[in-house]
Amino acid sequence: MAEKQLQLEVVTPDRKVVSTTADIVVCPGVEGQFGVLVGHVPFLSALDIGEMYYREGGKTEYLAVSGGFAEVTGTKITIVAEAAEFGREIDVERARRARERAEARLAAAKTEQIDWARAEAALRRSMVRMKVAAR
Amino acid sequence: MATLRDLRRKIAAVKKTQQITKAMNMVAAAKLRGAQTRMENFRPYAESFANMLGNLSRGIEPEIHPFFQRAPVVEKVGLVLMTADRGLCGSFNVNLINAAVKFMREKDAAGTGVSLTCVGRKGRDFFRRRKYELTNSYVDVWNKFDYTNAQVVAREAMSEFLTGQVQEVYLIHAEFINVAIQKPKLVKLLPISPEETTEEAEGGAALEYIFEPPVEQFLEFLLPKYVNTLMYHGFLENSASEHAARMTAMDNASNNCKEMITQLTLVMNKARQAAITKELMDIVGGAEALKG
Repeated sequence: MAEKQLQLEVVTPDRKVVSTTADIVVCPGVEGQFGVLVGHVPFLSALDIGEMYYREGGKTEYLAVSGGFAEVTGTKITIVAEAAEFGREIDVERARRARERAEARLAAAKTEQIDWARAEAALRRSMVRMKVAAR
Repeated sequence: MATLRDLRRKIAAVKKTQQITKAMNMVAAAKLRGAQTRMENFRPYAESFANMLGNLSRGIEPEIHPFFQRAPVVEKVGLVLMTADRGLCGSFNVNLINAAVKFMREKDAAGTGVSLTCVGRKGRDFFRRRKYELTNSYVDVWNKFDYTNAQVVAREAMSEFLTGQVQEVYLIHAEFINVAIQKPKLVKLLPISPEETTEEAEGGAALEYIFEPPVEQFLEFLLPKYVNTLMYHGFLENSASEHAARMTAMDNASNNCKEMITQLTLVMNKARQAAITKELMDIVGGAEALKG
């Protein structure tokens, strides 16, 4: 195990969420979940709204991410996302309210395309938040 | 000649003004600290983004995405002007508006139309008073804004560009140089020039990335976010500049109040002394008269 560890950085417009090393990082890519180990080929992927996790020395940490992408070079993975939170930081009550709002909007805006897409994204964000918070 | 009572009143009034300006100065200072922290926190994100786009845009043909494409003829350009919502911040708003007016004159001289969007009440009011047609305006955003506000403004600008209503999009915002200096800055948002994005990227050989989804779709996903990032950067700089400008203006105002109070007190003391002397003379005169 002379191999170097993978460096992980998660940044959002408001803060640098994580800057650490990890054994493995698993991200929700738009074309399916993918895992990254050290020595991965250079890789760029858009990320879906979803949960990502990383393992470091047997400890696993979960984050909810949305609106981002991942850049992988051999030794480093950078997640650049519009929002990223640890499960413990998530306000479950707020996520639940957001889900209810989104559901109401979905029901109301069945006809309009853009509204529909936005409400759906909001719904998925809130559901991912709740899922990650429950970990 | 002002009477003693008038002077006392005037001093009390100036003192009250000073209290207000001092309070505003402190509020602006606190808000400036907050705005600066936000700028600090945003930096890693912006840098990661610029780095990545720099790595990426080497070896990319402009035809790959409309955001890279330069129109052969520019008939109309979009301009997003950021100002503050409130005044009492020195020449902050005026400088920004002047920069916009200058830009529009230049475009006008070249026969190019301008579609203007104002973020901030002061800019909107200025152009509205002059009966200038605004494409869009956003007011009351500065008190509390986050990334989503920038997204909304950027989305409108991008859709104008994509639907062909404008061929270029610019942004004017205040650049925060330090607490004493803020300058209007003109930024070209669209089309994105790959050369401009690469300058911040680290040197070294370009990496051959695997894309997921394929590069066209990936850019489709990424480039709007890049414009959002530029827009949010403008928001942050403008907000920090506004608070810095207000802080400086209110500091000056407080100092002027102090000076005014000193001078008025001097005048008041003279007037009081004159009144006392006059009274004394009256008394002495009266006593002399009685004696005689």
